[in-house]
Amino acid sequence: MSDQDIITTDIEPATMLELTPPEQPLHTLSVLVNNKPGVLARVAQVFSRRGYNIESLVVSPASDGNFSRMTIGARGEEDGLEQIKAQCQKLIDVISCYDHTDHNTVSKELALVKVNCGPDQRGEALQIGEHFGCKTVDLTPDSMILMVTGDSGKLDAMIGMMQKFGIIELVRTGKVVMARGMDLT
Amino acid sequence: MKNLEVFMIAEARDGAQTLLKCLEAGGIEVIFGYSGGAALPIFDALETAGTNIKFVLTRHEQGAAHMADGYARATGKPACVLVTSGPGAGNTITGIMTAHMDSVPMIIISGQQVTWMLGKDAFQEADIFGITMPIVKHSYLVKDSNDIPRVTKEAIHIATTGRQGPVLIDMPKNISQGPCNAPLEAEIDLPGYTPETAKDVDASVISSAAELLAQSERPVILAGHGAMLAHAGPELKELAETCKIPVVSTLLGKGIFPENHDLSLGMLGMHGTAYANKAIVEADLIFNVGSRFDDRIIGQPDKFGRNARIIHIDIDPAEFNKMIRPDLCIVGDAKVALAQLNREIKPLETEDWLKTLDTYKKRYPLSYKKQGGLKMQHVLDVLDRLTESRAVVTTDVGQHQMWAAQFCKSLAPWDWISSGGAGTMGFGFPAAIGAQLGRPDDIVVAVVGDGGFQMTLFELSTAVLQKLPVKILVLNNHFLGMVRQWQELFFDNRKSGVDLEGNPDFVKLAEAYGAKGFQIKRPADIERVLTQALEYNEGPCLINCEVVKEDNVFPMIPAGAALEDMIVEKPRHKMEKPIGST
Repeated sequence: MSDQDIITTDIEPATMLELTPPEQPLHTLSVLVNNKPGVLARVAQVFSRRGYNIESLVVSPASDGNFSRMTIGARGEEDGLEQIKAQCQKLIDVISCYDHTDHNTVSKELALVKVNCGPDQRGEALQIGEHFGCKTVDLTPDSMILMVTGDSGKLDAMIGMMQKFGIIELVRTGKVVMARGMDLT
Repeated sequence: MKNLEVFMIAEARDGAQTLLKCLEAGGIEVIFGYSGGAALPIFDALETAGTNIKFVLTRHEQGAAHMADGYARATGKPACVLVTSGPGAGNTITGIMTAHMDSVPMIIISGQQVTWMLGKDAFQEADIFGITMPIVKHSYLVKDSNDIPRVTKEAIHIATTGRQGPVLIDMPKNISQGPCNAPLEAEIDLPGYTPETAKDVDASVISSAAELLAQSERPVILAGHGAMLAHAGPELKELAETCKIPVVSTLLGKGIFPENHDLSLGMLGMHGTAYANKAIVEADLIFNVGSRFDDRIIGQPDKFGRNARIIHIDIDPAEFNKMIRPDLCIVGDAKVALAQLNREIKPLETEDWLKTLDTYKKRYPLSYKKQGGLKMQHVLDVLDRLTESRAVVTTDVGQHQMWAAQFCKSLAPWDWISSGGAGTMGFGFPAAIGAQLGRPDDIVVAVVGDGGFQMTLFELSTAVLQKLPVKILVLNNHFLGMVRQWQELFFDNRKSGVDLEGNPDFVKLAEAYGAKGFQIKRPADIERVLTQALEYNEGPCLINCEVVKEDNVFPMIPAGAALEDMIVEKPRHKMEKPIGST
């Protein structure tokens, strides 16, 4: 599914995603690393030294607790990202580093969206939430927290729709990817 | 002493003693360093651990790092740097960076505050693990004394395999002081580090390389530091001689192919020989063995080798496509790859090509005028003749470095020691101390400028105490000559921040430290004084050469310009400011 299939509204997606020109494709590096102090700093330095911004980052233990999985989203020139991948791979604490840009991966993200809505708007907000498969994880007289999962485009669309109610707070996990079939992530 | 023996028999060791024993087991013979509080247990272990490691007390931690660097570049073996926490560790930064840029193996051990004080701004606590992260191949903060055998073994393994480099071990005082019950022999645990796979060079890639070679009419070999670090000299020579291929070398590749060989074109790049640069421009095949295509040699990346096919051998796959996109990449150890390749090569018809290059050699020789005052080139030329090009030459950075590269011919690997990537002033003299310690029977000459020498000259004490017969050749023009040259050529000769007025009397200074001092003021002095200096073996000597104040290094390729835009003499018209950095 492409991004166009998911966006169901003409409301601008959240501006936080517009840090770099949109023409540069989003790369997702999946980096398997030793689960040790300092490894995140080493990987982050590979990006920062070259002036690349990390747009999203997820780090958690891998199936073997000695290792961690980092999923890093970044935009930039192809040449630069190729160098970044090579330099990450070179780090002693990095076991493997793959760049996933194609569609042979499953890509998911989770967001918690705290929406400003009183009784008058609650019904509409819940209805929109239902459309995106959201779960209501907190409900108060003046607000609710919706949890949405899916690929990043779907999250952008859901957040866009909720903006009319007023978003009090937003937390996105950053996306995680996994290669389909028997390919390694 | 009796207590010590009982101690050793019981095999109770503290972390520091374990560390030294493991370093020795890993092949470390020399430690350069400077003591301090957080490193006290390790310094004490130098007395109690019963190892044969030689310790050299320097006068500054930067000097220690450059000495370890010079030792490694002269011998091919890593040395160790031992410093205390905070400022002690901080002072090694320039030295670590210099080694890292030039892929020199080094182990740096820094004392550290006790673990429970980390991050609390305790006395002399600095996050040296974090500070050095971008300039080390790898680093450790040890948090358990029992990890010391494994960490030490891994550190030496990482520093000396694959693409070599510095490894830092940050050692909190309670860890070095605490007991270590782990056996000295440890297993390394580095799942993300597999440099040996790089040694199995793909046979089909080697065949492709042989094919590209066979198709070429104007091939040139570009030999870099990687060829040196891989000990690939014999294989490189066999390839060049069998196929009759001319060889150019980078600044750090000097000596991997003898520069007096008929097929040698000397150094290429910004201040390389005109014929080396012309060879690259006109070649139809550039065979890069272990050079990272540094910006000093490629000039303008999109114009470099645009009419040539490019083969690139490198042990570090991250170097492929970084500066130049080669037609063929060979991941592997240069020695292994070339040995494999040499089994598949046949002689090439390169007579015409060699003839063309010969005419360039005759048309654009390296030259200088012996009249008009004392010239750096003249001094270096005579030095090269008197030493029969057999001296180990170390340099600082600047005009003297480029002229030394041009006029001091390197005939063997490990004889040319210069800070290439980092361009570190103050490197040459301490590096010479390290080199002389590693090569006691060879003549070691530190070719330095008056600027760089003053950055680390206090190591005269170290050289005197160690009775090292290092020759310090100070090419003294009372200027930061290379910067002045750029100001002359590109900034309307506005001299800003380059006049080193107030230089000390270097001869008196040497004598104050207990070293011998010599003076060269006129061209007529050169041979006589240099001969005396070369014969002086009681300890270090310094030869102050009062050279002409303003002279320029040519050939020259302005930074960021293409190799074909090389200038061989001072242009009459004003030049555009270069687009590249320095």
